[in-house]
Amino acid sequence: MLPQLPRESLVELCRRMFVIRHFEEHLVPLHDKGVFGGHYHLYVGQEATGVPAISCLRADDYLFTTHRNHGHLLARGVEPKKLFAEILGRVDGLNKGKGGSFHSVAPSLGFLHSSGVVAGIIPLSTGTAYAAKAQKNGRITVCLFGDGSIEEGAAPEAFNLASLYKLPVLFLCENNGKYGAGRAVAAAQSTSMAAYPLTDLPKAYKIPAQQIDGMDAGLVHATISAAVQKIRAGEGPQFIEAQTVRYPGSETNWPTVPQPTETSLAWDVSGVPEKAREWYRSCDPLLIYIRELVEANQASKDEIAAVDRQVKAEIAAAVDFAVASPYPKPEEAERDFFA
Amino acid sequence: MRELAYYEAKFEALEEIMAADQRVHLINGTFLSLSPHRHVYQNLKNKYGARMISPPISELGFCGLATGAAMAGLRPIVDLSTGSFIYEAWPQVANEAANAFSMSGGQTRVPVVFHLFHGLRGGGAAQHSGSPQAMLWNVPGLEIAIPSSPRDVKGLLKTAVATDNPTIFVDHTRLLDIRGEVPENDKPIPFGVADIKRQGGDVTLIATSYTVQVALQAAAKLAKENIEVEVVDPRTLVPFDLAAILSSIEKTHRVVIADETHQSCGVAAEIAARIAETGFDKLKTRIRRVSTLDVPVPYSPPLEAHIGPSESRIMDAVRAAVA
Repeated sequence: MLPQLPRESLVELCRRMFVIRHFEEHLVPLHDKGVFGGHYHLYVGQEATGVPAISCLRADDYLFTTHRNHGHLLARGVEPKKLFAEILGRVDGLNKGKGGSFHSVAPSLGFLHSSGVVAGIIPLSTGTAYAAKAQKNGRITVCLFGDGSIEEGAAPEAFNLASLYKLPVLFLCENNGKYGAGRAVAAAQSTSMAAYPLTDLPKAYKIPAQQIDGMDAGLVHATISAAVQKIRAGEGPQFIEAQTVRYPGSETNWPTVPQPTETSLAWDVSGVPEKAREWYRSCDPLLIYIRELVEANQASKDEIAAVDRQVKAEIAAAVDFAVASPYPKPEEAERDFFA
Repeated sequence: MRELAYYEAKFEALEEIMAADQRVHLINGTFLSLSPHRHVYQNLKNKYGARMISPPISELGFCGLATGAAMAGLRPIVDLSTGSFIYEAWPQVANEAANAFSMSGGQTRVPVVFHLFHGLRGGGAAQHSGSPQAMLWNVPGLEIAIPSSPRDVKGLLKTAVATDNPTIFVDHTRLLDIRGEVPENDKPIPFGVADIKRQGGDVTLIATSYTVQVALQAAAKLAKENIEVEVVDPRTLVPFDLAAILSSIEKTHRVVIADETHQSCGVAAEIAARIAETGFDKLKTRIRRVSTLDVPVPYSPPLEAHIGPSESRIMDAVRAAVA
């Protein structure tokens, strides 16, 4: 379903989902061509979780994210060119090239620190929440992590602290492994967590927890809005597990783009390679959202196609900016490790 | 001049810090280990309890909480109590707090203090006698303060809280009852400034933490053998005042390094390497280290005493240096 929002906001959410999609579809070939090195992860397939969820926050709230952070940063409004430049290790990057894909930050938007250690941010998120509570500034913290994160001991320790001190923090677990690696297919029974469903773990620490369909933008928006309201009212932490189906481009060792996205795919996937076709037909949250917008007469196909084209052009320009940005001077490596 | 016990000076610092800065929160512990001076902690709690929490036994969790709180503008001081417990929190200390400023391109400051009691404490055995400061010195992004006297603990703690970097504050339970001069309204002690704890012209004896006290006793005895020892206390490992050490060696041409970390890749090893690289031409004899032997710390008193940088081992090393 669609979020209960005015038409302009619904179209803006669509635009942000396109930004994430086209950003990452442009990123993969850059890695394939060797424009940047190292390891990286895609957010594609989770747009209907991150975009509506982050739209529920105040401008001064804190967010923590992991190695799978591109979608979160872009949903919050980070300039694509600065994120590209960071991933390419360039001087104009968000972190001046010191962080890369895993550690991109945007302090002015509330992203103070992004950790590549999957549960590293979970204790940290209790800290910003603790500080906000002490400073009585009404800020909340949203901690965005994957299902694998709660396999680390830092997660239950942090859940306990958040619950004991009634900290204003939302734990948003994006489970993109509903049928993915490490999970038994069909039964959806985890092969790596004895606590299943995953919400059993926060519930043991008396944190209200629910499992939702992370491909349903309207449900995500309604659930997160309600949780944020409770947290801001001083009721303590909340846990939400948003389930998505893993993007076929993320199933391989190195990310691929099985099919570049365009608006028309929302109604016709016959041209998609067969192996990936089912995902685009029924699990692609962006295409689901586009269909809902059109069916509810909130936007025409042409209007959406125009947004799509505009975003694509912006992303192409952002790539050009990043590729043209110089590398930092080598001696920069010896700077900025102490304040 | 006014004299205080080490624990009194430390709590005077904590009291003044809490009074001066609402951003300071105390997380966990009593900053006293198992010392009987509980009343001073209670006094602090009565006054500032709203800014003090006693979290569950979750070092990883509460070191992360403190680090996150520091990112959001507080200045938390965490007491890990026994130094070995920092191993439980390693991912947050070494991989999050230490990296955040650099990784963010100099944007996110992490003014957190991790306080711990290191070293041989008498019956601590292998799991409660750790001296993790050498391992932590191998983690860029952490400042490390290591006081040895009442005056230093007060002045260094104030600086540790004031600095915008994550700081490891390395304390020692055997120092808590040591008495020394602490002037009223003493200024904070800047990091990176070594202190000559005793003047002498024959041998430079570099020592840290409680071993400074052992070194001073050794030096007093050696004076009776007409060996004048200069005891140099770096006071902080990061930043490190190599210049002060080199200028002492300029005078003595002989150096012994005494420290409670284990010998391999220990604090003495790093100091020895720096001296060898930059001051080799000033030396008339080889550098000597008196470190804790490379074995897990044994429980039984004579065994524990045997492996540490004892007065007799230090005296032997100094005698060998002047022989």
